[in-house]
Amino acid sequence: MEGFKHLIDSLTKPTILVTFTFIIFFFLFPPSDWFDKWHRRLRFNALWGKKALLIINVLLVAFFIFGLGDPDFRAIVLKPDNVPISGLIFLVFFFTWLSMNQAYKNDELVEAGKPVDEHYDAPNDKVLVWPDLVYVEFICLILFSAFMMVWSIGLAAPLEEPANPSESPNPSKAPWYFLGLQEMLVYFDPWMAGVVLPSLIIVGLMAIPYMDNNPEGSGYYSYKDRKLSIAMFMFGWLVLWVLLIVIGTFLRGPNWNFFGPFEYWDSHKLEALTNVNLSEFIYVKLFNTGLPGNILLREIWGLLIILGYFMILPPLLAKTWLKDMYLKMGVARYSVFIVLIITALTLPIKMYLRWMFNLKYIIAIPEYFFNF
Amino acid sequence: MPDANKKKTATIKPVSPPPAALSQADDNTQVTRRSFFSWLSLGWLAFVAATGGFFTMMLRFFFPNVLFEPVQTFRAGYPEDYEAGEVDLRWKAKYATWIIRNDEGIYALSTTCTHLGCTPNWLVAEQKFKCPCHGSGFRKTGINFEGPAPRPLERFRIVLADDGQIVIDKTKKYQQEKGQWGDPEAFLKV
Repeated sequence: MEGFKHLIDSLTKPTILVTFTFIIFFFLFPPSDWFDKWHRRLRFNALWGKKALLIINVLLVAFFIFGLGDPDFRAIVLKPDNVPISGLIFLVFFFTWLSMNQAYKNDELVEAGKPVDEHYDAPNDKVLVWPDLVYVEFICLILFSAFMMVWSIGLAAPLEEPANPSESPNPSKAPWYFLGLQEMLVYFDPWMAGVVLPSLIIVGLMAIPYMDNNPEGSGYYSYKDRKLSIAMFMFGWLVLWVLLIVIGTFLRGPNWNFFGPFEYWDSHKLEALTNVNLSEFIYVKLFNTGLPGNILLREIWGLLIILGYFMILPPLLAKTWLKDMYLKMGVARYSVFIVLIITALTLPIKMYLRWMFNLKYIIAIPEYFFNF
Repeated sequence: MPDANKKKTATIKPVSPPPAALSQADDNTQVTRRSFFSWLSLGWLAFVAATGGFFTMMLRFFFPNVLFEPVQTFRAGYPEDYEAGEVDLRWKAKYATWIIRNDEGIYALSTTCTHLGCTPNWLVAEQKFKCPCHGSGFRKTGINFEGPAPRPLERFRIVLADDGQIVIDKTKKYQQEKGQWGDPEAFLKV
C-alpha cells in the first residue's frame, strides 16, 4: 500500500507526469497517418470502445476509494473547492470518450459506404419540440436543481476569515477554472501568462475549424477526416487547460511547491528553486564574465533565440517536416496555423526549461517590464 | 434649415403620384421626409445627451468626496527597537512593511510581491520570503531568486526624525533594478 502511494507520488512529479502525457497523447489522438498506424497497432483505439469506458471508470473509482483511506489524499480531494475537479476528471473522460466513440463509429460507417449516425432523413427523423425536447429539458432541469441543492447543503462553502491584504492564504489558489492560468503565471511574466498566451490559445482553438477547410467530416462526429484539427484542439484543451487545472488543484501545495497526492502538505518543504536567466547562464556560467551593463548586449542571445523560434522555425518546418501541410494549406493559412501552434508550445517548453534547468526568463528586461 | 435648400427641393415633383394611402397619411400626420429627419436628429441628440449625462455621473463616482487612504508615512520607533539579523513583522499588517536590520543599518521592504501583488510569508528556517500565490521567493535583502517574480521587492524611504525615531515614507520607493538602492535614503545607516 505504502509502496503504491510512493509510486503515485513519484509518477505525479510534474516532469514525469507531463512527459508521459506528451508522449502518449498523440498516440491517443493521432494527428497524422503515421501516428494513426501506431495508434491502431498499439490497440489504443480500444480506449474508445464500451469495454474501456467501463474498465477505466471502475479503475478511477477504485483509485479514489483507495485514496480516501489516506488522510493527505482525503484532505485534498474532499476539500469543497476541489470536489468539482474530482468530478471534472470523470466528466472530461466521459464526454471525450462519448464523442470519440461516436466519431469512430461514423468512420467505420463511412468506410462501409453507409450513411453516418447523424444522417438526417427528412421528414421521417422529425421530432416535435414539445413534448420531445422540452419535456426532456424540463426533467433535466429538475433533476439538476435537486442535485445542486443537495450538493450545496452537503458541502459547506469554505468561508474563511475576512479578507486581509497583508495575509495571503498559503497556498493561495485561484478559482478552479483559473488554476490553469495560475500555473502558467509561474512560468511567464504576468502580461504574457495572463493576457497574451490565454488569448492566443483560446483564439487558436477557435480558429482551428477555419484553418482546416476540408469539407468532409462536417456536420457529424468523425475523426478520420479531421485528424490534425481534433488532435490540436484536444492538445490545447486536455493538456494545456484541463491537465494544468488538475495539477494546480491536486499537486500544488503550500508556498506553491509541488506535492504528490499522498504527500503531507508540509509548509516547510525545502526545494531549491533558484532561478537563473538565460543571460546569466551565458555570461556568468559560460563566459565567466559579469553581465554586461548594456541591456541590448545582455539580452541579445535571448532575443536571437526568440526571433529564431518565431521567424526561422516556421519556414524551416514548411520546407522539411510539415511540407505536405504547407503545400495543402497555402502560405497565409499555414503561417497563422504554425504561429498559433508554436506560441502555444512556448508554454510546455518553458515549463520544462524551468523544471530541468531552473531557467527563468529567456529575455529578461525588468527595467522595461519585458520578460519572456 | 436654410431657405435656399427648401426652395430647391420643394419644386421637385414625383414622377408618379404617391400611393393613395401614403399621401393620405402625409396629410393627416404631417410627417414629411424633411421633418422625419429633424425628429430623428432631435431624438439622437436627446439620446446622446442622456447617455452622456449618465456616463458623466458615473465618472463622478471615480472621484469620491472622501478618500479613506491609510497613512503613507509613519514612525516606526527607534533603531534600538530592531535586532540585527532579524526581519521585523510588526508593521506588516498595518503598513505592509517589513523592517530589516543588518549589521550596517536598517531598510524597509514593501510586502507586495513584484509578480502579482500577493503578500509573501517570511520563512525563518529558510531565511526567505516566499509568496503563496505563484511561489516567488525573495532573499532577506529583497532580491528575487526563485519563482516568477521579475524584479526585487521595493524598498521605502527610511530616515531618522529629529527625535531619533525612524520615519518610513511609503510614497517614495526605491527599485533595485533601476539602481536606486544606493540612494542614501533607501538605507538607514546606524
